[in-house]
Amino acid sequence: MIINHPLLGPRDSSEFVYLGDARLLNRPDWQADNALEQFIDYGHTRENPAGLHRELWYHEQGDRSWLVVTRNTVTHEITQVELARDVARTGGRSK
Amino acid sequence: MSLQNRLDGGLIDRSETWSFRFDNKYYKGHKGDTLASALLANGVRLMGRSFKYHRPRGPMTTGSEEPNAIVELREGARKEPNTRATTIELYDGLRANSQNRWPSLNFDAMAVNDLLSNFFAAGFYYKTFMWPAAFWEKVYEPIIRRAAGLGSLSLQDDPDGYDKGFLHCDLLIIGGGPAGLAAALTAGESGARVVLCDEDFLVGGRLNLETYEVGGMAGAAWAAETVARLQALPNVRVMPRTTVIGAFDHGIYGAVERVSDHLAVPEDGKPRQILWRITSKRALLCAGAIERPIVFENNDRPGIMQASALRAYANRWATTPAQQVAIFTNNDDGHRTAYDLVAKGVKVVSVIDTRTDAPTSSEYDVIAGGVIDQTWGRLGLSQIEVKMPKGGTRRIKCGALGVSGGWNPNVHLTCHQGGRPTWNNALAAFVPSGTLPPGMTVAGAANGIFSTHGALQSGADGAKAILADLAIKASAPALPEAEDTPVKITPFWHVKTAKRAWVDQQNDVTAKDIKLAHQENYVSVEHLKRYTTLGMATDQGKTSNTAGLAIMAEVAGKAIPEVGTTMFRPPYTPTAMGVYAGRAWGMEMRPTRLTPSHKWAEEQGAVFTEAGLWLRAQWYPKPGETHWRQSCDREVIQTRKSVGICDVTSLGKIDVQGADAAAFLNTVYCNGFAKLPVGKVRYGLMLREDGIVMDDGTAARLAENHFVVTTTTAKAVEVYRHLEFVRQCLCPDKDVHLISTTDAWAQFSVAGPNSRKLLEKIVDDGVNLSNEAFPFMACAEITICGGLRARLFRISFSGELAYEIAVPTRYGDALVRRLMQAGAEFDVVPYGLEALNVMRIEKGHVTGNELNGTTTALNLGMGRMVSKAKDSIGSTLSERPGLNEPDALKLVGLRPVNKDHMVPAGAHLMSKGTKVDAVHGQGYVTSACYSPNLGCHIALGFLKSGDTRIGETIRLVSPLMGVDHEVEVVSPNFFDPEGERLRA
Amino acid sequence: MHDLAPLCALGGTAPHIDQVAGVTLTENPGHALASVSARLGQEIACAEHLGTVLGGKAPGVGTWVRSEPMSAFWMGQDQWMVTAPFDTHEDLAAQLTTRFGITAAITEQTDAWVSFDMRGDGVERVMQLCANIDIETTPVEAAVRSVIHYMGVYVLRSAPDALTIFSARSSAKSLHHALLTAMRSAL
Repeated sequence: MIINHPLLGPRDSSEFVYLGDARLLNRPDWQADNALEQFIDYGHTRENPAGLHRELWYHEQGDRSWLVVTRNTVTHEITQVELARDVARTGGRSK
Repeated sequence: MSLQNRLDGGLIDRSETWSFRFDNKYYKGHKGDTLASALLANGVRLMGRSFKYHRPRGPMTTGSEEPNAIVELREGARKEPNTRATTIELYDGLRANSQNRWPSLNFDAMAVNDLLSNFFAAGFYYKTFMWPAAFWEKVYEPIIRRAAGLGSLSLQDDPDGYDKGFLHCDLLIIGGGPAGLAAALTAGESGARVVLCDEDFLVGGRLNLETYEVGGMAGAAWAAETVARLQALPNVRVMPRTTVIGAFDHGIYGAVERVSDHLAVPEDGKPRQILWRITSKRALLCAGAIERPIVFENNDRPGIMQASALRAYANRWATTPAQQVAIFTNNDDGHRTAYDLVAKGVKVVSVIDTRTDAPTSSEYDVIAGGVIDQTWGRLGLSQIEVKMPKGGTRRIKCGALGVSGGWNPNVHLTCHQGGRPTWNNALAAFVPSGTLPPGMTVAGAANGIFSTHGALQSGADGAKAILADLAIKASAPALPEAEDTPVKITPFWHVKTAKRAWVDQQNDVTAKDIKLAHQENYVSVEHLKRYTTLGMATDQGKTSNTAGLAIMAEVAGKAIPEVGTTMFRPPYTPTAMGVYAGRAWGMEMRPTRLTPSHKWAEEQGAVFTEAGLWLRAQWYPKPGETHWRQSCDREVIQTRKSVGICDVTSLGKIDVQGADAAAFLNTVYCNGFAKLPVGKVRYGLMLREDGIVMDDGTAARLAENHFVVTTTTAKAVEVYRHLEFVRQCLCPDKDVHLISTTDAWAQFSVAGPNSRKLLEKIVDDGVNLSNEAFPFMACAEITICGGLRARLFRISFSGELAYEIAVPTRYGDALVRRLMQAGAEFDVVPYGLEALNVMRIEKGHVTGNELNGTTTALNLGMGRMVSKAKDSIGSTLSERPGLNEPDALKLVGLRPVNKDHMVPAGAHLMSKGTKVDAVHGQGYVTSACYSPNLGCHIALGFLKSGDTRIGETIRLVSPLMGVDHEVEVVSPNFFDPEGERLRA
Repeated sequence: MHDLAPLCALGGTAPHIDQVAGVTLTENPGHALASVSARLGQEIACAEHLGTVLGGKAPGVGTWVRSEPMSAFWMGQDQWMVTAPFDTHEDLAAQLTTRFGITAAITEQTDAWVSFDMRGDGVERVMQLCANIDIETTPVEAAVRSVIHYMGVYVLRSAPDALTIFSARSSAKSLHHALLTAMRSAL
């Protein structure tokens, strides 16, 4: 596969390491009342869509950026690639 | 030299005459021959025995779709089984042997299978060898494997090298026939970056096999001229001998270039083959078409082949399997073969055309509306029997029969992304469907456009469309004049017979097998395929699938498109395993990382071991030491008595800087780092988010905003990746900077009661190493040996007074030599991984064996390190009830009750008097060694509620090693439990 | 001045040189290296500092800016590798720390790397057997991160017929073997 890196352009997927569902960006608040349940859900509950899937890839043999890649699990078509750091910021993870 | 079946003309180079051997007999051939063409020229039609019934077989095709002429090429370590004689390029001294026969090709004892054929019909194995189950592995399978099968392996290492390579292009053209060449010319002369791959050694496709003129010259001449024109373009790469084997995601194609297969031995340093990974913006498939046979009784005798192969052998290779030939066809193209053969002086005894309205000829006899219902000839065709249109039969003597059932567009690569071809009634063939691999288009015969003119035009048009898509201005070269004959075909698939008519000749599948499968209710085409093995041989049924489907449709009373079609999968042709491995085998399987003291350690005669990618000294044998334990024990004793040195460079080192560096470490370690003073080191435990321990290590605070974090050797890469995840994804606005410095610093452990005295000899004036000035867990940036920058950490894995000292890597070799020199007065020893391991077990320090991906801080006896006062990765989920059961495993030390007993790692712990099974398991041993300080074996392990069972005697069981004896549960800290030595 | 003698990454006291056909492969121990990572909120200031150091602008994505005595190539967002002659700049990290002040985190990288210079007619063919880089369209002064036989590398193009390759020092011998094998194969 080819991942169109937001900074570097198209790069071969062999340069990347796959992690999984991009919901890992949404780490729960450890002080929430039901923190344990939230963390179990965060760590283990996954959708398994036949279609678009937002997932985390790490450009280990590249600029070492984490990316959020939107990939169609049926066709492997990649429709969007974002820097995970930007997504995390947008998602309110700034300190 | 004149060979029996060598004709005039052709594209062989008669100035080069080569000798080759097939099955102990020597023959002559020419440059430009294939093994098959050269054998045919020598009058050899029989080239192999079939897979199941050991039927005599000869070549059916001229290309990689060949099902029959499968041989073992070369001898010794270079022997390659299952190689198609039709694609083996002849070279001087070539040696090949027929396979799947015993004792000889002419007399094969296993041909008895053929007489027992009733027993070997479809599903035979499934039905017959069901019972008793144990017989399968021990009796049936070995017998079947011996009787049926293909070539044999050399069982030696492949002496040749294989490369992997990477190409990038705008347009990949697959196939260099008329369509491919016209496309390459159009795209190439427009300035696009083009890669043109052709599996043949002579690019041109059917232009080299036909007598049609192109642009007023021979087709082959036009092809050669065009290839030369393309090769002159810097933006075009023409790759002969290169098979595109697979179409992968996003325009990536795999291709195998046979760099040296046409040579006896590759040139020095050159690879045998290269696996190219071609990243293309667009691909144009111009893979041509493959003629399919008509199925009839005994249609597999040597000498019976595709009609197109018969004329290709005559036109390109100037050979014919026999001087008298017949043609069996259902379409006009069969007549083309007859014309060409007549022109070559071959006697065409008859053209049997299934169509009653067949064209007539003044050159040869035509039997319109006839079919062939029987053939004769034990080791090669001698006679055919024609069922005449008006009743009765006629026998015709001939040594070869060309069969034309029409042409199948070569859709193989169009299926690699899940696309299935669609049926075209006019062509009576499957053509590529709309669901092609993204970026691929198809031109020429592969797209069902069979005339030369049509192929040239569709290739050029295909290229133009792609250029427009890529916004490259097309400068279209004028196309040459060429024939534009329409396809005239009346589908005809098989001549009905109660006997055996071969559909898939490589897997010996007959029309009868297909009918049987249908009778037994194998309705789905995918089930039919697996039950009969139709199309499952190394040729993937390139010549047989369509006829198989047609017969299935007929018995099911359906139309062919209703039956469906099976998939083609990569690789397009059988591919040597070596090319997938490339250079990555043996010691080149992966990179080797060397420590800075490697050269010195080699000089000391050190024995090395692999630790991840690293080679590390395992022990340093001294003269007279014959067993590793002698070296290891000596190193341990001497280190604990005086001082020892160990290269610990391979531990991961990560530079962590920034205003939020301390807060960041607080997040990634379960224990606190915010308050670690500058100049101090702290042990840290890193958890995965699920609460399991990921790794351990130390973090040294060199400055307010600057830490150096260490990881274990094994987890360095994973930890770094994890830290980047936390940094970028979980705390994107913390000021934290990470970079690996593992290779930048050569780091040595200097351990033992005399380590301070030793280091004092090399540190520069002003560096105070006293216990007060530089206590346990201190760190500092210092200079040594007269000004070299160095880092000093007072940390200890061995439990001794110990330091780790780091210098820039290029000075590591000099430093270890200096330390050994300075330490001579203390009898300093270098120690290896074994001694390091013994000392850490004696101290109860954990390593990868204990941090095994299932253990928590609680299991390790470090539960209290998980701070509840802050958020850190894994802290919440480490509180899951299941990880905190009252009888959770706890790290313990184990000592055999009988001091002579050894304690193997991996052994299980059982309570006394219980059954030895998983249900009664109490824990297991993770690390074990002989402790020269305690004089017995000791071990670390996990035991249920182990921390409350100190002093208990339990059973240690290893059924595998035959061990079952008693051990005492003790503290994991065997040696100096108060830690007086490391604080000295 | 200290008295510890350095070794080259391939283990020699002098750099290793190989020649295959028209291509020369030279181990180059002459680089001092330091990474520069812009501190949060200091990205513009840091890039300006780097530009000043280089007498121009900080390298953009995937590029290399060559200057005297210091050069730099892009490693990641707001992160660069600065190189300078080892003989005169062994203390490069310390120098840069002083120069960049609070705008950057500087880390000594000199001995984390081995460097090879490959020069001659055919370097593109060699690289095609090494790394999945579109080397034919890689311009001079490009800095591409890639992989050669499982080893991470930076490939810097210094001229149409010359490349500089940086990779982890500990696997220098494996990389050298891979490059030399590819040279023998391709040339």
